[in-house]
Amino acid sequence: MYVSADLIWLAVALPLAGFLLNGALAIWRPTSKTAVSVIGPAVLLGAFAVVLLVFRSYALSGIATPVLVRLWSWVPAGSLQVDLSFVVDRLSLVMLLVVTGVGSLIHLFSVGYMKEDPGYARYFAYLNLFIVFMLVLVLGASFPVLFIGWEGVGLCSYLLIGFWFGEKANADAGKKAFLVNRIGDFGFLVAMFLLWTSVGSLDFARVAELAPTQLAAGGTMVTLITLFLFLGCAGKSAQIPLYVWLPDAMAGPTPVSALIHAATMVTAGVYLVARTNFLFAMAPLSSTVVAGVGAATALFAATIGLRQYDIKKVLAYSTVSQLGYMFLAVGTGAYVAGIFHLVTHAFFKALLFLGAGSVIHSMHHAYHATHSHEDAQDMRNMGGLRRHMPWTFALMLIATLAIAGIPPFSGFFSKDEILAAAFARGAELPLFRLFWLFGVAAAALTAFYMARLMAMTFFGHNRTGAEEQKHLHEAPAIMTVPLLVLGLLSAAGGMINLPELVGGDARLEHWLDPVLEAGHRYFPLEMPHGQTEYVLIGLAIVIAVGGLVAGWRVTMARPIVPARLAPAEAGFWKVLFHKYYVDEFYEAAIVGPLRRFSEKVLWKDVDQGIIDGGGVEGSARLARTLGWIGSRLQTGQVGLYLTMFLAGALGIFFVVMG
Amino acid sequence: MLLGPSLAISAMLFSIGVVGVLVRRNAIVVFMCIELMLNAVNLTFVALSRYYGVAGQLMVFFVMTVAAAEAAVGLAIILAVFRHTKSVDLKANTLLQG
Repeated sequence: MYVSADLIWLAVALPLAGFLLNGALAIWRPTSKTAVSVIGPAVLLGAFAVVLLVFRSYALSGIATPVLVRLWSWVPAGSLQVDLSFVVDRLSLVMLLVVTGVGSLIHLFSVGYMKEDPGYARYFAYLNLFIVFMLVLVLGASFPVLFIGWEGVGLCSYLLIGFWFGEKANADAGKKAFLVNRIGDFGFLVAMFLLWTSVGSLDFARVAELAPTQLAAGGTMVTLITLFLFLGCAGKSAQIPLYVWLPDAMAGPTPVSALIHAATMVTAGVYLVARTNFLFAMAPLSSTVVAGVGAATALFAATIGLRQYDIKKVLAYSTVSQLGYMFLAVGTGAYVAGIFHLVTHAFFKALLFLGAGSVIHSMHHAYHATHSHEDAQDMRNMGGLRRHMPWTFALMLIATLAIAGIPPFSGFFSKDEILAAAFARGAELPLFRLFWLFGVAAAALTAFYMARLMAMTFFGHNRTGAEEQKHLHEAPAIMTVPLLVLGLLSAAGGMINLPELVGGDARLEHWLDPVLEAGHRYFPLEMPHGQTEYVLIGLAIVIAVGGLVAGWRVTMARPIVPARLAPAEAGFWKVLFHKYYVDEFYEAAIVGPLRRFSEKVLWKDVDQGIIDGGGVEGSARLARTLGWIGSRLQTGQVGLYLTMFLAGALGIFFVVMG
Repeated sequence: MLLGPSLAISAMLFSIGVVGVLVRRNAIVVFMCIELMLNAVNLTFVALSRYYGVAGQLMVFFVMTVAAAEAAVGLAIILAVFRHTKSVDLKANTLLQG
C-alpha cells in the first residue's frame, strides 16, 4: 500500500485528538480511567502506524528528496513568509519512528505505572500533548515551526515534571527546568534573528541553499549563528553549563523521565545540530565548541553519576553524559554517529528508566503496604531484587550492557563510532584527541556506575526490610511487555548501522547521506580503517569490561547499609555526592545576586522608587504643589485682589503703550 | 481752553478713588471711591467731547446708567453681607480664602 507523505499530518493530529479527549476527561470525568487507558496509548499507536506506513512508502520509493507538506500560511509578513509546513525526509523519518515507537511503548507502560494516580487523565493529556509538540519539532520545515515544537515540549516537560505539584520540590523542579531552558531559547531566538538578517530566510531548505553564498565559511556571522543555536541546544539537551535542570526533572513520574528526559525531548538539540549540519559544518570553531562541550559534559556528568544513590538520579546524570557523547559526535562532523547514538540511546535509556520505574513501583508498593516512609528510589534500600523481579532484572541487564558498550549490544556500535570519529578528527585538530580521551574516560565511568547501579539494586542482600520484602513483586504485563520490546531493540538496535568491519552495510549512514551531504562536504571526516580501527575497538571493549568489573568489585567490596543507617559522605565522594556543588554555586553566583538585584534595585528602587514614587506619586505631588501655590494668592482679601488687578491693568497699559 | 485743568482734576479725582479703594476697609467707602473713579472718567469724557464730538457725552450717560445699576446691586450685596456677618469690614470678610 502506497501512502503519500502528505498524510504525515495525521500522525500529529491523532495525539492532538488524544490530548483534547483526555484533557476533557481530566476536567469533567477524572475517574473514568478505562477510557483514558484506551485513548492515551491508542492515539500513539495510531500515529506510529501512520509513521510506519509513510516510512515504508518513502523507503520503497527510493527517492531521497525531502517532501514538503505545506499545511497553511502562518506568518505572511512582507518579505517574511513563514508557512506551517512539515518536511518529511530521511532524518525526520528516523526521528519520527523513534518518537512514536518509543513513545507508544512508554504510553503502554504508563497505563500500568500510573493506574492508581488520581491525575491519571491529566497525565495522559499532557503526555499526548508532548508527543504533538515533539512531532512538530521533528517535522518542522523551518526554524519558527521547529521553535513551536521546541517551546511546546518545554511546556509539557514543565507540566510533567511538576505533575505532582502538591509537593513544593516538584513544582520548583518544573520551574527550574522552564527557566534554565529560557536561557537556551534566548540563544535560539538570537540565532533566528541573525539568520534572518544575514541570509534572509528561515526555511531549512532555503537556508541550506543560500548559506554558502550569503555566509562566508568559517566567518564571524555563521560562527555566531551556530554558537547561539548551540546555546539553545545546550539548554534543551542539558549540556554544560545548562545541564542542572535535568537531574531535578526526575521529580516527575518515571515514564516521563524515560520519554521526555531520556529518549526524545532532550535529544532535540542533537537533532537540531544534525538538521542544520550545513551551518555547523561551515563554522569549524562552533563545531569544536560543540564537540568540546559535549566531551566535557560526558565526562563531568559521568563522574557525578558515580556517587548518586537515587536510582533515577544515576540515570539522569547518565543521560546528560550520553547526550554529551551525541554532541561530541555532531561537533566532530560525524552526524550519522550522533543520530545513531541518539536512536540506540533512546532504546536502552528508555529501557533503563522504565526498568527503574518498575523497580520503584514495586518498592513503593512494598513501603506502602507497611506504611513505611523510607525512600523508594534510594538504591541503598534495594538489593537482591533480581529474585523478586526476574524480568525487569534481565532486561535492565541488557540495557546496562548496551550502555556500557559491550558488543554486540546496540550501544557498543554507536559509542564506538563516536569515539572513532573523535579520534580520526584528532589527526587534523589535535584538540579532538583530548575530546576523545574525555570520551574514553567517560565510557569507563559509564560502565562503572552502571555496574554499581545493577549491583546495588539487584544483587546482594535485600535491604528493603523483612516485612516489606514480602510485598516486592514483578510488574504487571502491561509494564513488562514494553520493557521486553525495548530489550530486544537495545540488544539488536546496532543492526541498523553495522559497520563494514563486521560485515554490516552501514545502513543508517547510507540512508542519512542525502540529508547530511552538505555537512559532510564542508566538514569531511576520514574514518579510521584497518589496524587503527581494530585497536580502537579493542580498547573500547577493554574499557567497558574493565569499568563493569571495577564497578562491581568496588560496590560489592563492602556491605551496603540502608539509607537511614548510612554514614555521611567524606572526601572527594562528598564532592561528587553533592554534584560538585554546582547548584550551590549557581545559587550563590547567579540566582542569589539576581534575586537580590530584583528585590533591592528593580523592585524597591526602580518600581517603588522611580516608577511609583517619581511617576505616579510624583505627578500627583506636582499637581498638588502647583495648586497650593495658586491657592496662596486666594487670601479672600478684596484689597489685595484690587491691588493685583491694578498692577495687572497698569502692566497691560504700559505694554500696550510701549 | 480749559482742557488742561479739566484733565488734571479728572486725574486727581481718579487717583483719590484708586487710593481710597486700596486703603479703606469699609466696604461702603470703597464703593463710594469706585463711584469717584467712574465720575473722574466721566469728567474726562465731557472735557474731550469738545474736541472729538458728542460721542463722549453720550458715553457719560451710559456710564451713569450702569453706575446706577451697579450701585443698586452693590449696595444690596453689602447689605446682605452686613446682615450675615454684622460687619462691612473687608478685612474681616475673607470667606473665599484659598
